[in-house]
Amino acid sequence: QKMKVIVGVKRVIDYAAKVRVATNKSGVELNNVKMSLNPFCEIAVEEAIRMKEKKSASEVVVVSVGPKGATEQIRQALAMGADRGIHIQTDMRLDQELQPLAVAKLLKSVVDTEAPNVVVLGKQSIDGDCAQTGPMLASMLKWPQATFACKVDVSEDKSKFTVERETDSGTEVIEVNAPAIITADLRLNEPRYATLPNIMKAKKKKVETIDAASLGIDLAPRITVVEVNEPPARKGGIMVEDVDTLVDKLKNTAAVI
Amino acid sequence: ETTKKMFATRFARAALVIAEHNNVNLSASTLSAVSAASKLGDVTVLISGNNCGGVAEEASKVSSVSKVLLSQDSSLEKGLAENMTNAALNSINSGDYTHVIAPSSNFGKNYIPRLAAELDVAPITDVTEIVNESTFVRPMYAGNALATVTSSDKLKLMTVRTTAFEKSATSGGSASVEDLAVSDANASLSTFVSEALSSSDRPDLTSARVVVSGGRGMKSGENFKMLEDLADKLGGAVGASRAAVDAGYVPNELQIGQTGKVVAPELYIAVGISGAIQHLSGMKDSKTIVAINKDPDAPIFQVSDYGLAADLFDAVPELSSKV
Repeated sequence: QKMKVIVGVKRVIDYAAKVRVATNKSGVELNNVKMSLNPFCEIAVEEAIRMKEKKSASEVVVVSVGPKGATEQIRQALAMGADRGIHIQTDMRLDQELQPLAVAKLLKSVVDTEAPNVVVLGKQSIDGDCAQTGPMLASMLKWPQATFACKVDVSEDKSKFTVERETDSGTEVIEVNAPAIITADLRLNEPRYATLPNIMKAKKKKVETIDAASLGIDLAPRITVVEVNEPPARKGGIMVEDVDTLVDKLKNTAAVI
Repeated sequence: ETTKKMFATRFARAALVIAEHNNVNLSASTLSAVSAASKLGDVTVLISGNNCGGVAEEASKVSSVSKVLLSQDSSLEKGLAENMTNAALNSINSGDYTHVIAPSSNFGKNYIPRLAAELDVAPITDVTEIVNESTFVRPMYAGNALATVTSSDKLKLMTVRTTAFEKSATSGGSASVEDLAVSDANASLSTFVSEALSSSDRPDLTSARVVVSGGRGMKSGENFKMLEDLADKLGGAVGASRAAVDAGYVPNELQIGQTGKVVAPELYIAVGISGAIQHLSGMKDSKTIVAINKDPDAPIFQVSDYGLAADLFDAVPELSSKV
């Protein structure tokens, strides 16, 4: 029984890069900044590949919505072991203009064509920090969802996913019927590094490009960014010599204990 | 009918708060959501769960709450997203709301976007400031950028960062409690199997006055005992960095950071935590920050008010004995 997995990946500012707000407050400075695969998307790709290795899936298709550069992230996913890619091309700003509601609609059109058994996404992207696309897509497809997954098991007959997920007070286990949406949390797995031979192989894997505007979906943002500011800076602190000084400061200066 | 209600002209603004609770008690986070909602309009609170009449009673006494809706069904007991969405839709359709608010937590983030897509609106996640009925501030990039945004949707759906809104008082309100039947709560798409919760007598991490937090420098889960002792001395909660959770020292619900919990206590003591941007994102709004770390160049010292470059295995017990 074939099971196709679709994984959505996003091109974002590298998690270690220093984020600067543009002087005109229009947004975060993106020029000449290192871009990478969103860490949670990378975990999602890894999970999909493990499903294939465990014979729970037969094909992993990676999708990314973004500018020409997004093909780098698709190739990285292919190098990790995904089979083919779909690049939905748009020059809309990914951290502001192109919003989760529109992304979910774009992904739905891919799902409608590809008919996968499961879509695995990262739980959030580290630019917008919205954590919305997964549940939105699930709603549009009327599929069950398992968000913040830290462990995924696929049933023998591939009809169910047993997912342990992180909650505010610990973890819980739920069972969702296939087809379903799963969003990956930090501890779902540790993504593999792409080996050089696999990077070379990835260059030959098929990546289809679709123009986002051609899909007849309203991508217009509902939320307008009026301005973006740096957060207020904290007042500088001091170093203390010893615990006695620390206790004195906390009791008498900060008056917090 | 729904569309007509959503687009009807109205002069009064009405905010629906979807409460967070465990069927026994209302969560502290809901109190912050109520105070946020009170800035937007008349506040109705939806209690959706099972055998949770007591929670509805509790909610009816919260200051600023005008009305409480109680939707009970066994399928709502464990907060499954598909069923929560159905219950929320049911209450939205029963009223004339302009805003729908939930606390920003794993619980809220699970179903709010699903609900938003049902309504074809764009939710605003993690609101830290309400400028006016359609303008909000929210953090991006792990809090390194604050975006002021306006929503063009007629129904505004949002989650609020609870540390940014003071909790409404738990008494002073005298709202009516109305049973709101949900005929189709159970979407039958998912099933709850089990849960693993840690129980603690310590205050809730996101609303504690003091938080003592440990990082990779703690070296083991057993060593967290000294942080627990310090927290107990100070009447605080215990938190952790991602590194400590990944290493298995403590369970995931203690994680503070960009993808964990956000806290803003009066006093945050970071022990053996280097201070990665992603961690800072979860605690840099704390009033007073103390950092204890062997490495004087640790980035945490750039945000701490008081930094002690010392061996935590000496400093923490000494601190416990002297506070």
